[in-house]
Amino acid sequence: MIPELDFPGGKVGYTSEMKFIPESSSRRIPCYRVLDEDGRIIPDSDFIPVSEKLAVRMYEQMATLQVMDHIFYEAQRQGRISFYLTSVGEEAINIASAAALSPDDVVLPQYREPGVLLWRGFTLEEFANQCFGNKADYGKGRQMPIHYGSNRLNYFTISSPIATQLPQAAGVGYSLKMDKKNACAVTFIGDGGTSEGDFHAGLNFAAVMEAPVVFICRNNGWAISTHISEQFRSDGIVVKGQAYGIRSIRVDGNDALAVYSTVRSAREMAVTEQRPVLIEMMTYRVGHHSTSDDSTKYRAADEIQYWKMSRNPVNRFRKWVEDNGWWSEEDESKLRSNARKQLLQAIQAAEKWEKQPLTELFNDVYDVKPKNLEEQELGLKELVKKQPQDYPPGFHV
Amino acid sequence: MAALLGRSCRKLSFPSLTHGARRVSTETGKPLNLYSAINQALHIALDTDPRSYVFGEDVGFGGVFRCTTGLAERFGKNRVFNTPLCEQGIVGFGIGLAAMGNRAIVEIQFADYIYPAFDQIVNEAAKFRYRSGNQFNCGGLTIRAPYGAVGHGGHYHSQSPEAFFCHVPGIKVVIPRSPREAKGLLLSCIRDPNPVVFFEPKWLYRQAVEEVPEHDYMIPLSEAEVIREGNDITLVGWGAQLTVMEQACLDAEKEGISCELIDLKTLLPWDKETVEASVKKTGRLLISHEAPVTGGFGAEISATILERCFLKLEAPVSRVCGLDTPFPLVFEPFYMPTKNKILDAIKSTVNY
Repeated sequence: MIPELDFPGGKVGYTSEMKFIPESSSRRIPCYRVLDEDGRIIPDSDFIPVSEKLAVRMYEQMATLQVMDHIFYEAQRQGRISFYLTSVGEEAINIASAAALSPDDVVLPQYREPGVLLWRGFTLEEFANQCFGNKADYGKGRQMPIHYGSNRLNYFTISSPIATQLPQAAGVGYSLKMDKKNACAVTFIGDGGTSEGDFHAGLNFAAVMEAPVVFICRNNGWAISTHISEQFRSDGIVVKGQAYGIRSIRVDGNDALAVYSTVRSAREMAVTEQRPVLIEMMTYRVGHHSTSDDSTKYRAADEIQYWKMSRNPVNRFRKWVEDNGWWSEEDESKLRSNARKQLLQAIQAAEKWEKQPLTELFNDVYDVKPKNLEEQELGLKELVKKQPQDYPPGFHV
Repeated sequence: MAALLGRSCRKLSFPSLTHGARRVSTETGKPLNLYSAINQALHIALDTDPRSYVFGEDVGFGGVFRCTTGLAERFGKNRVFNTPLCEQGIVGFGIGLAAMGNRAIVEIQFADYIYPAFDQIVNEAAKFRYRSGNQFNCGGLTIRAPYGAVGHGGHYHSQSPEAFFCHVPGIKVVIPRSPREAKGLLLSCIRDPNPVVFFEPKWLYRQAVEEVPEHDYMIPLSEAEVIREGNDITLVGWGAQLTVMEQACLDAEKEGISCELIDLKTLLPWDKETVEASVKKTGRLLISHEAPVTGGFGAEISATILERCFLKLEAPVSRVCGLDTPFPLVFEPFYMPTKNKILDAIKSTVNY
């Protein structure tokens, strides 16, 4: 019989051998994958089958996301929008995760997950409107580009601070649990974000409150210029799950089928078992951090090239879809040229669209405008009338 | 602080009628202390909205100040629960709940420990509605925290951090002066569709006893109250400091100075009109708060009143506040804005 001691946390066996747990395992936690680099299913893989219809839709959206990223990035370079950040290299994470969720699952993104919105039906025009901050922008022009949000699509508005969404996701999950909804909270974070206190707070709360939350960490190797070797000394993020009492898995984030299966399974666990789950998706940030960054300043150009060409998640999935006879070269060029055309039109339209009326500067700070804002609005209107040359044109007073 | 008031053991009671004071309501109720009044408000809040929750450190057994007594037993551990020791998690979790349409009434154990949650409050809660173009909001969030001097609290059990929060568009900041006020104001905060920070004067949890109506009532936010009428000088304060100021007003009256005393109640957004009308009448303003004088909320009131009442002012605006030091332990009696410091300032303002 193993001798045991009683402590507040329960019974624990004791030993007289003084043994420290090593700082790392002899073997890193393996990465779950289904498709090899050539887009062929690895024999004897566990995975949830994906129909032709679903697979084609997933591929189309991954390719559309690529085109969208390219064109918006160029629009910023041309000075037409002030800022942009791409998800290049992370298209499988974006689209396959979204495909695996139900529309009732509430998504709390970080900022590199517009593909989830795209999947759910946010139009190219809606993306463009937010980037231009025009009158049709649901965010009313108040935030920088890419800070999308849609209550209709259950996608919380993006905020720049890192990891703040994680404890909020625990609260969202708890609400869904209390309301007995067949839904969970799904929240995204990068490798860098896991160093924030809110990561600890979010996971710990979700675990203690037994909240249905799927935490998805996009480990893309870089937090702006900070490589993961400067971010943590653990075996990535997956090993942190157990520290919180949270079931976790590491998956090849560039494998759309593996991502799909993992997120489907995690979501089921979260909802049926009313528990949080942590998924670490291994990937690479092919693009710069944002249009304010030139990543060749801190990493080798051929490293970027390697991931872009040889480890491309879109090409990999395309091969599988094509091998099944579900996609052709003709489909490809049609999709890309249509997407490109739609995007250019969306940008042109968004650019010409009326600006937000000036009153939207003052609305929604509170549910009802308080006196101090009424006064400030009156004061500003007077000023704009008196000295219009001091202010950008087009904002209806 | 008890020594400063000259009452070492007596509970403070709130006279509802002194010469020149206005009685707000003729309703009576049971005599309750501050924590009991708050407790009543929480019971009513949870009873009237099934999607409301109370959580924070140690709230399950009733809380370190007994404000949450009986809630877990009555409403269940799913709605009233302890959280891990993590303020950023408490507020973040609360924002998530509120964003889903629930009322999240969170407790931060001492205002001194609210800072880890400052990012969630300032960058998230305060901007949640605005940044989303009103697609989302976390108006159901109310953050309660005990604040202020308690006689022996030192650096980390005595702070008055209200000024930090008054600088944040998008949240409201409310501070009650008494049990009856606390119940009505807290219910208003909970039901207000904006995130609110509610600071409770911990000194008054047991010390203050007042008749508190037993029913569900709300006191409006952003409405200051003239709790004592006068003609020579306007005094503005909030929370526990009003008791001290009221004593100073009584002493001043003996020397022929008629003081008008205003309870601001809501610091953000604050009722400028009531203070302005009073100062236009008296021509003098004195503000008093426990928080350090530099950058304290008194500076905002002073600057605003100067803008609006400059030609009516007979003397500079006076601020009788805490010193610019961390809140000291053995030196507390020297640090505090005492009755006599206020009285001296009243006299020098009137004799300017």
